[in-house]
Amino acid sequence: MSGTEGVLLVGATSGMGRALARRLAAEGHALLLAGRDVDALSAIATDIEVRFETRVEARPFEALAFESHAGFFEDCVEHFAGNLHGLVMCHGQMPEQADAERDFALARRMIEVNYLSQVSLLNLAALHFEARQAGFIAVLTSVAGDRGRQSNYLYGSTKAGLSTVLSGLRVRLAKRDVAVVDVRPGFVDTQLTWGRPGLFLVASPETVAGDVLRGIRRGRAVVYTPFFWRGIMMIIRAIPDFVFRRLSL
Amino acid sequence: MVETLTPKPAPALVDPDQQFGQRASRQPIAGWGNFPVEECEVYRPDALNDLQEVVARAPEPDLIPRGLGRSYGDAALNRDRGVILSHRFDRMLAFDAASGVLHCEAAVSLAEVIETFVPRGFFFPVTPGTKFISIGGAIAADVHGKNHHSNGSMGEFVLDLRLLTASGEIVSCSRENNAELFWATIGGMGLTGFVIDARIRLLPVDTAYMSVQNERAANIDALLELFFESDGQYSYEVAWIDCLSRGASLGRSVMMRANHASLHELPPESRGAPTAFKEGLKTTIPFTFPNFALNSWSMKLFNEFFHAIHPNASKVVPCDNYFYILDRIHHWNRVYGKRGVVQYQFVLPRESSRAALVEILERLSEANRGSFLAVLKTLGPSSGGMLSFPTKGYTLALDLPHTGRDLVDELQAIDEIVLRAGGRVYLAKDACMRPEVFGEMYPHLERFKAVKANVDPEQRYASSQARRLGIVDAS
Repeated sequence: MSGTEGVLLVGATSGMGRALARRLAAEGHALLLAGRDVDALSAIATDIEVRFETRVEARPFEALAFESHAGFFEDCVEHFAGNLHGLVMCHGQMPEQADAERDFALARRMIEVNYLSQVSLLNLAALHFEARQAGFIAVLTSVAGDRGRQSNYLYGSTKAGLSTVLSGLRVRLAKRDVAVVDVRPGFVDTQLTWGRPGLFLVASPETVAGDVLRGIRRGRAVVYTPFFWRGIMMIIRAIPDFVFRRLSL
Repeated sequence: MVETLTPKPAPALVDPDQQFGQRASRQPIAGWGNFPVEECEVYRPDALNDLQEVVARAPEPDLIPRGLGRSYGDAALNRDRGVILSHRFDRMLAFDAASGVLHCEAAVSLAEVIETFVPRGFFFPVTPGTKFISIGGAIAADVHGKNHHSNGSMGEFVLDLRLLTASGEIVSCSRENNAELFWATIGGMGLTGFVIDARIRLLPVDTAYMSVQNERAANIDALLELFFESDGQYSYEVAWIDCLSRGASLGRSVMMRANHASLHELPPESRGAPTAFKEGLKTTIPFTFPNFALNSWSMKLFNEFFHAIHPNASKVVPCDNYFYILDRIHHWNRVYGKRGVVQYQFVLPRESSRAALVEILERLSEANRGSFLAVLKTLGPSSGGMLSFPTKGYTLALDLPHTGRDLVDELQAIDEIVLRAGGRVYLAKDACMRPEVFGEMYPHLERFKAVKANVDPEQRYASSQARRLGIVDAS
């Protein structure tokens, strides 16, 4: 990865986004941070500018205003004077499964944020990177997408759909030397998970960010982070249905 | 040019009708000494309004801010009550290269400051034996380094800070503005409120290296002589003392003095990048050692080894190697086993220090209570913090394996010696002091309590230590 290439980070105010922003800046990228809360984005941008003496700006991004995405993306490309080299997306939401089962509006909003808004941005990004013939796209999905479990299958389905999109996009862009990385974290220590009972092997956002950067550098297809989730999910996928039905996963 | 912090508009008041939306994680936590371990309700607010909500609405009767957990005892614990982690307030807000002033949030660590600013020619002006401390913690404990006699403590370098008080207000304080609250907060162990951010004056340096001079001293008198004669020549001074030596060699030690190296002192190959930051090799203690691993034999062996590898010599080393020897061994506290370690540090006024030091060293040596690391430093005048530890004199810091009630008795006996000699014990390390002794050691306690009564009448901020020492009501 060469020095001054620009990266657009969507969802930068999340715990994971903050860690990713620092890692990307530490590797010498110029950054655009996008998200809903521009004040919070600006604070993160300033922090990175002080630490790494690099160029960082904040951009408002409204995931559900689909019609605004094209203009938003064009503006980002322009900001880097055509040198937009990478797109990292980590925006998303995870309402309680039980709430999403009962309240369709809640489920719908999650699907729109986690799936539709990402498809919309990926379509735009694919065109850009196809033309550029270089760069990377890294998207945070989840181990929850590997198999529908009763405890969070609605959330998991948005991530599974997204992983399928990425899988196809990877093939489409492989000919153009663009890496498409599907990052599947397990439990991550963020405000979402803090103090929740029943979580195990919780990874820090910094660990995840490090794995994302390594995945990008090596052009990996699917990155499980931390690495052992690959093994765990392999087992979970292999459990026959008649057994899986009896588990309280 | 240095501007003052812009006062924040009235705090975003927490909506009283809404449910308390912050989740606590109940966990057993401890200070760096792993003694005591207490179950606490731990909050980790993500943003300022989350923090305000915790302070305003958390169901626990009181709360204590906690940074990177490097105080040794119960200063950042609150048994069965609230602890607020500052971790998410970890942003740098501004840096002015002309004045060297860094504005940053409470959880920024000293390690991050050094890594970021040494290459730009600035060092942290006050550095304890570890760099894994937060700015907020450094302010709350008014930490000092090996250069206290020449530079003073953390408080000297804090231009101003913003405090979230019990009422939910964000109060800006400095020497000029809310001065009483400022001096209560410097060294105030987090009991005046949550430090949100602060502006710190960094120290300009020419290189990232230290020019170090090691000199052995045969006993305590030879050591005190060394301290006496070197007065003022070295910015940094620290002596490692072998606590197990007795008789004529009581207080056998190695004096390690240093200055920031200037450009011409560097070896030619380093002159091209004089401020390049070099991190030392790192290793981790992978598991907690069994309690018997540290005994008087293994400690004797270590002490001999340490003495042997430090002959009289001068050298130039990267700053990391001089300041943070122990940071290179992650989780070094595991060496002490499950029972943990009690750090004990006191300061004695110069006049009375020899007699008291000898008395204390003899006690420890007779009880075969070796200390892996016993270090002696000189301290200059105090910063003005009401509960600040440093006062003019000699300070001795000891790591003692926690052996149970007998150690507590021993330390309380030593407390008495320190008190009689006109000295005091460091709150960031204390885990066993009795309230009567504490009250006599800290003459500005009543002044501190007056500020506390004013800014936090309901005692919303309190810790296990504050209750033990009677800084807040024990109930």
